[in-house]
Amino acid sequence: MWFRSTLAYRASFLLTTLGHAASSALEFAGILIIFSHVDQLGGFSVGEVALMYATASCSLGLADLFLGNMDQLGARIRDGSVDTMLIRPVPLFAQVAADRFVLRRVGRIIQGVLVLGWAISRLDTTFSPLEYVLLAGVIGCGAVIFGALWALGGAFQFWAQDAAQVQNAVTYGGNRLLQYPPTIYGTELLRGVTYLVPLAFVNWIPLLRLLDRESPLGLPGWVDFLSPLVAVALCVLTAVVWRVGIRTYRSTGS
Amino acid sequence: MRTSGLYRAVAGSSFRRYATYRVATAAGVFTNTIFGFFMSYTFIALWDQRPDLGGYDQAQALTFAWVGQGLLAATAVIGGGFREELQERIRTGEVSIDLYRPVDLQMWWLSADLGRAVFHLLGRGVVPLAVGALVFELALPTDPLRWLLFCCAVLLALLVSFAINFLVALVAFWLLDGNGLNMVSNLLGMFCSGMVMPLTVFPEQLGTFLQWLPWAALLQVPADVLLGRYSGAGAFAVLLFPLVWAVVLLLLGRAVQAAATRRVVVQGG
Repeated sequence: MWFRSTLAYRASFLLTTLGHAASSALEFAGILIIFSHVDQLGGFSVGEVALMYATASCSLGLADLFLGNMDQLGARIRDGSVDTMLIRPVPLFAQVAADRFVLRRVGRIIQGVLVLGWAISRLDTTFSPLEYVLLAGVIGCGAVIFGALWALGGAFQFWAQDAAQVQNAVTYGGNRLLQYPPTIYGTELLRGVTYLVPLAFVNWIPLLRLLDRESPLGLPGWVDFLSPLVAVALCVLTAVVWRVGIRTYRSTGS
Repeated sequence: MRTSGLYRAVAGSSFRRYATYRVATAAGVFTNTIFGFFMSYTFIALWDQRPDLGGYDQAQALTFAWVGQGLLAATAVIGGGFREELQERIRTGEVSIDLYRPVDLQMWWLSADLGRAVFHLLGRGVVPLAVGALVFELALPTDPLRWLLFCCAVLLALLVSFAINFLVALVAFWLLDGNGLNMVSNLLGMFCSGMVMPLTVFPEQLGTFLQWLPWAALLQVPADVLLGRYSGAGAFAVLLFPLVWAVVLLLLGRAVQAAATRRVVVQGG
């Protein structure tokens, strides 16, 4: 329904889709400005950094498309409309996800795919068909990890109610983090986004394998293939937290 | 005298209104600080290879990044100010009540926005900058005069930011839906103010061009004043730039306001 309602206003749809593409394009412009002054950043070439940018952008775009509305949950809890949703015979999660489904968010994905193509053309190595499959898997797993973190943030609002900004720090902030090579960050930060909030599995860890690079944390090789497992584990965790959240949820009254 | 008291009261209540959202403020501080860290690491990597890029040394570049995060909420570069609220009042027609009041529309919203901005300066400006100064080596001045000039530059930045957002909001009188325009405005603000990268680091001609646009007043000018890129009389002269833009844009806002209010037709009874 939201799908059709968005398409009803064609001009507005086109404009906002372009806007979404342009807003992520500006982040990429920042990267290009940096590379107009240097050949390498943290030991990575412009093609390699563009690959990181593109995979992070596609993963975030996909997660945003399906679960971006999770940050509305806090507002819905405050104004009490969650109560209405809870008595409907459809799981709350599906309702929040489908609520105001905004197709214009494909803008970020389209722009990400374009940069992805450009990045691959700039790389010295050519990928084998298997490596292309791996690349698609990276984007898919990354989307699930971003999505789970988004939903986890949403579930957290059952308790915090007003912390959508914290969620943005993890998702949009994580996106900003993963657009640049891991070698420019401090070790503590890298440990944090590997073991604590597993953002590194969105693209850094599998991409380092694809690009034949050493892990800056010196992790063993098999860790490079853990992204699907991390994604599944995060989904399970999110499901549990979501359920506990609903059970402890108290309506705001009135 | 009485009207100036009124506008002070409007600003004060706007300040208190934003001060009530404590969790949201804490969450905002957290986000600004996180982004400050990410930008700092990028800048360190870049300035390690190119010391003196854009005329800044590394400590100055890091200061630029953290001042930007500190001003982001106050100057409402990517939204979050009064703009959406005014647009909604225009869309629903509630603005007719505002116009009926014996106060000036522009002055009313300017006072309210200044109240909001001052709260965001204290709430989301000081803490990230302090965290940045603790963790990284920043080039913050010890000269009180330079801090005073910086405060003037920030005040002018708030005026320019209000004037831009007021103009954007008034377009809702004609377009009704401001979403697309807001997005464009946020993009321009982010890119042309120096929040992504100092404007002096941009490709030369583009950078020079952007430094003449009003958005440069939002971050580039205050940061440069704080970093002491202008000294003596030059420091006062550089403040003329945001001052002129503020006056021009505020006058333009008045003209558009006059044209828009002639269009308002109050329906119903």
